[in-house]
Amino acid sequence: MDANWIAIAASVLLQSSPLIIAVCGETLSERAGVVNLSLDGSLLLSALAGFVAAYFSSSLLLGFLAAAGVGALMALIVAFGSLALRQSQVAVGFVLTLLGDSLSAFLGQNFTRLPGPWVQRLPIPLLKDIPVLGPIFFNQDLVVYFSLVLVAVTTWWIFHTRPGLELRSAGERPEAAFARGVAVRRLRYWYAVLGGALVGIAGAAYSLDVKIGWAEGHTRGLGWIALAIVIFGGWSPLRGALGVLLFVATRSVISVVLQRSLGESSVVILNALPWLLMLGVLVVVGGRFSEQVLSRLPAALQRPFRGLLRAAPPAALGAELKEG
Amino acid sequence: MSRPAWLPRLWPLLPSFVALLLTSLLLLAFGASPPLAFGAIWEGAFGNQDRLLTTVAFWIPLMLSSLGLLISFRAGLWNIGIEGQFILGAIGASWVALSLQLPAPLQISLQMLAAMAAGALWAGLAGVLKRWGVHEIFGGLALNNLAIILTNYLIAGPWQPPEGGSFRGTAPFHADALLPLVGATRFSVVALGLALLAFGLVVLALRNSAWGLRLKALGRNPRSALLLGVSSRRETLLAMAFCGALAGLGGAVRVLSWFDSLRQSISGGIGYLALMVVILAAFRLLWTPLVAFFFAAVLSGSVVLQLRTQLHSSLGNILTGVLVLLVLLFGNLDSLRAWWAEWRAGRRRS
Amino acid sequence: MRVELEKISKSFGPVQANRAISLAFEPGLIYGLLGENGAGKSTLMKILSGYQPADSGRILLDGAPQRFRSPLDALAAGVGMLYQDPLDLPPFTVLENYLLGRRGGLAIPRRRAAGELRELGARYGFEVHPHERIEDLSLGERQQLELLRLLSGGARLLILDEPTTGISAAQKELLFNSLRSLARDEGKTLILVSHKLDEVQELCNRAYVLRKGELAGEAELPCPNKRLVGLMFGQLPSRPARPRPEAGPPRLELRGAAVRSPRLRTQPTDLQVGAGEVLGLAGLEGSGQELLLRACAGLLPLAAGELYLSGVPQRRLDYLTARQLGVHYLAAGRLEEGLVSGMTLSEHMALVNPNGLFVDRAASKAQAAERIRQYQVVARPRSRVEELSGGNQQRFLFGLLPPDAQLILAEHPTRGLDLRSSDWIWGQLDERRKQGAAIVFLSAELDEILERSDRIAVFFAGRLSRVLPAGETSVDELGHLIGGGA
Repeated sequence: MDANWIAIAASVLLQSSPLIIAVCGETLSERAGVVNLSLDGSLLLSALAGFVAAYFSSSLLLGFLAAAGVGALMALIVAFGSLALRQSQVAVGFVLTLLGDSLSAFLGQNFTRLPGPWVQRLPIPLLKDIPVLGPIFFNQDLVVYFSLVLVAVTTWWIFHTRPGLELRSAGERPEAAFARGVAVRRLRYWYAVLGGALVGIAGAAYSLDVKIGWAEGHTRGLGWIALAIVIFGGWSPLRGALGVLLFVATRSVISVVLQRSLGESSVVILNALPWLLMLGVLVVVGGRFSEQVLSRLPAALQRPFRGLLRAAPPAALGAELKEG
Repeated sequence: MSRPAWLPRLWPLLPSFVALLLTSLLLLAFGASPPLAFGAIWEGAFGNQDRLLTTVAFWIPLMLSSLGLLISFRAGLWNIGIEGQFILGAIGASWVALSLQLPAPLQISLQMLAAMAAGALWAGLAGVLKRWGVHEIFGGLALNNLAIILTNYLIAGPWQPPEGGSFRGTAPFHADALLPLVGATRFSVVALGLALLAFGLVVLALRNSAWGLRLKALGRNPRSALLLGVSSRRETLLAMAFCGALAGLGGAVRVLSWFDSLRQSISGGIGYLALMVVILAAFRLLWTPLVAFFFAAVLSGSVVLQLRTQLHSSLGNILTGVLVLLVLLFGNLDSLRAWWAEWRAGRRRS
Repeated sequence: MRVELEKISKSFGPVQANRAISLAFEPGLIYGLLGENGAGKSTLMKILSGYQPADSGRILLDGAPQRFRSPLDALAAGVGMLYQDPLDLPPFTVLENYLLGRRGGLAIPRRRAAGELRELGARYGFEVHPHERIEDLSLGERQQLELLRLLSGGARLLILDEPTTGISAAQKELLFNSLRSLARDEGKTLILVSHKLDEVQELCNRAYVLRKGELAGEAELPCPNKRLVGLMFGQLPSRPARPRPEAGPPRLELRGAAVRSPRLRTQPTDLQVGAGEVLGLAGLEGSGQELLLRACAGLLPLAAGELYLSGVPQRRLDYLTARQLGVHYLAAGRLEEGLVSGMTLSEHMALVNPNGLFVDRAASKAQAAERIRQYQVVARPRSRVEELSGGNQQRFLFGLLPPDAQLILAEHPTRGLDLRSSDWIWGQLDERRKQGAAIVFLSAELDEILERSDRIAVFFAGRLSRVLPAGETSVDELGHLIGGGA
């Protein structure tokens, strides 16, 4: 394999890691039945919080903790607004998105383009020397390793553990979960907050690792991309992570190709690409189109392919909770 | 337990006051005196006649967009794509302004029509995507960003001013293309007339028309609506197009009066702001213009605040954002009482 | 286990659902709990099973007072309830559904638990496939799984809410046999909540009858049906025999019509319904009759075949077009699919009778008032539909049908209604029929199908298996046919 392509693959993995973390977090929250639409604002605010905390304390750990706290707080507001006060999750999340955006711009005005600490590379001995795989997977930093482990752990947790059964039941049919003794409301709070904390960590992963530093609108738009990828991933962390990799890789490959051939005027295409990809992908998993394709397949193949292409959201996603 | 009838109506003032308090704390943290800051906003919004007219000039496109959202929300649609529809309106008007030279009344009418068509088209696109299974929030959001990218492309490419690349905007439109302004302000009587006309039209549509009733049924229960003979496909597209046309008109007013050319950040978030307006007004018809005016005052007043304190201009957005959030969460007395009762029952049980 | 309820009361807002009800249940016996809709049966049983708390009163198990905070609490104390719509998780596998709520280690021991579950099934005579998905099972199989879950959770009192609605005759036989042996051999206490007198007579030792939230009386079984009906209704409803007229020209015709859903593909079907005719569709839930009925209204596309309305072929029919041709669809969930919550009766009238570009408020109010009178709806024109009771909602929904309806397609037209309302609804449908409308309906109640139809179309596993005149069959035969019998 061309060394250049290996470098690109390694960089794709690095670029993907914050989005993967955010997608895992939001997947957990939505599996429990809470849509945290504030993702875009949460990412911005937590990226700022992470940068500022690390800047003053010179401690990366404190930076990530502060960011996780901010993300968790945003998610808590969404959960509280919908679970306790019965307001629309979409409305609360949307308002928080805008508020997070303006707050980050205001609070971050004196931190723009300052040099700050960043996460160091941490090659893993022995493993990093494996040809091709070594430089891609094992010559990275802790954030990348964390994102990969997170995908494995959340996938296992959701689909192969007892708490995972409870989590899914709360999002699918809360009244049945309640009848089995699942404390649906408390569970939804916990997973929303946990998901929010992961989104916060993703924010800090941008300002301290992937896109080091702070500037106004530092991660703007990425939260929406993450939300779309959760849908594309069919509410599975593993599929979501593959979606992120596919997304980032497509963008990288096209940017390399465009730079080689077109030069300056390709900026427009590059900028438009994420959004076109988002629309295309959502159309594919969205129903009408894929149903038409599926209906042409032989009957025996329809079911597996439907499972592959389409995914149903948790049935009680965003619905009001009625207990007892 | 009886309670006075005015309590639930005035209740939202309490969270509003808390929002003001929180914003004051933020100001204090940045070394600015809250009374001075709010005074600067007040002065910036209403200080003299020109400033008042400027506030009204800011209010008009915001109002047009909010009115459009009343229609789409009535049909149960989260038209986040309004920002893009606003931008497309500005682009549509600019296209006519840059390519035609007619007598002013005809020129301006054509520009408005083009803007409305462009906004409606962009909104219709979100509606079609919804039919294909893409939720209007995601479809709209992608279209917003594509609209911004399209603007930048036009400014940097085909519509680049002849004197060369400033990347910030097109060349100013010729005089017949621009709305006549009052004095040195950005206020246009024509635009105000259009906004008032649109208000009347939306009131009529929502309160008295059969179409408004169909939208209400569709928004509250699409499955029942179908069985009662309401076409979801048709009404969704119509509601989106109607909203997009009004937002497009707002974009045209913005580009033809507030500015004089197509700029990079032609909207500056007015579409998103309109969503906040309508949420704060709780989708009520008569409240919408008032809330929109309040937002316009805060944001246009913030310019003076920024000049005086050197603080970032997003302060106005923070004030409105916190306000909407707190009123949305705590502004409904009934849901607060239900929560309180539930919480106490939960404590008793365990 | 001896179970006693002492002066249980419960109200929802102004409605008193239970009024100081006291009952006792002895171990080893099967009890029937009877009452018409709204008599308070479900509320009482939800209180006993811990799903909701009572306002006042006590529950005693073997003499000890209990306070249940959740259904899990109740199950731990030995009380389990099987709901009409089983409280399971459709996207889960059978095994996952079984494990949810059971204690154990963090990871799921799939192999061991699957073995356990199979064994448990074998013990009670049920066949269990642990890795199938719940959503692919029939209602009867889902009930069996719930039963297993409750038994393995330690239930000594089992409450069964209308367990035979929508399951096949064979499954019912299997269920009743296991219930008998549970009571006889294991000493469990069983409560069967039902309004089907025959089943209660067949299975139960004793019956309690509720009426309007109070205990109306009890009876040792078997006893004459008349006595139970008297307790349930206070008076015996009488129904005159209905003349069955000749069918007129065809209103609806299907030729080789097939419908496809993600889970079922119906076989090509030929069917004809004439003016003035009532056709009942019988079949277990999900046998294809629902799909076909929707397709006749254009709510689902035909995957194959042809559809004729009054002799005219329809290609790619959609509901709005069908409506204009006089086809009207009445779905089962009135507030989910039919009426719009938050809108008044007048607004509904204005919606279905648009009168130009603008709404004529006075006219729509007058129309609503007229329908209220004619259809005996307890409401005012400015009432919102969700404020109406189920029966009144159904009456108003019928009031919205235009007088010139040609073909009325109805799902469960009387589900959840008491006998008087049901009779009234069928009286209205009969009027429509006399005016020349054709009526096609589906129902889970075989009695209703037998009594109200001229002809019956029986569905099994996606296939129209038989069309027969209603006068030439019986509940038993029909039950046999919908269960797949030849």
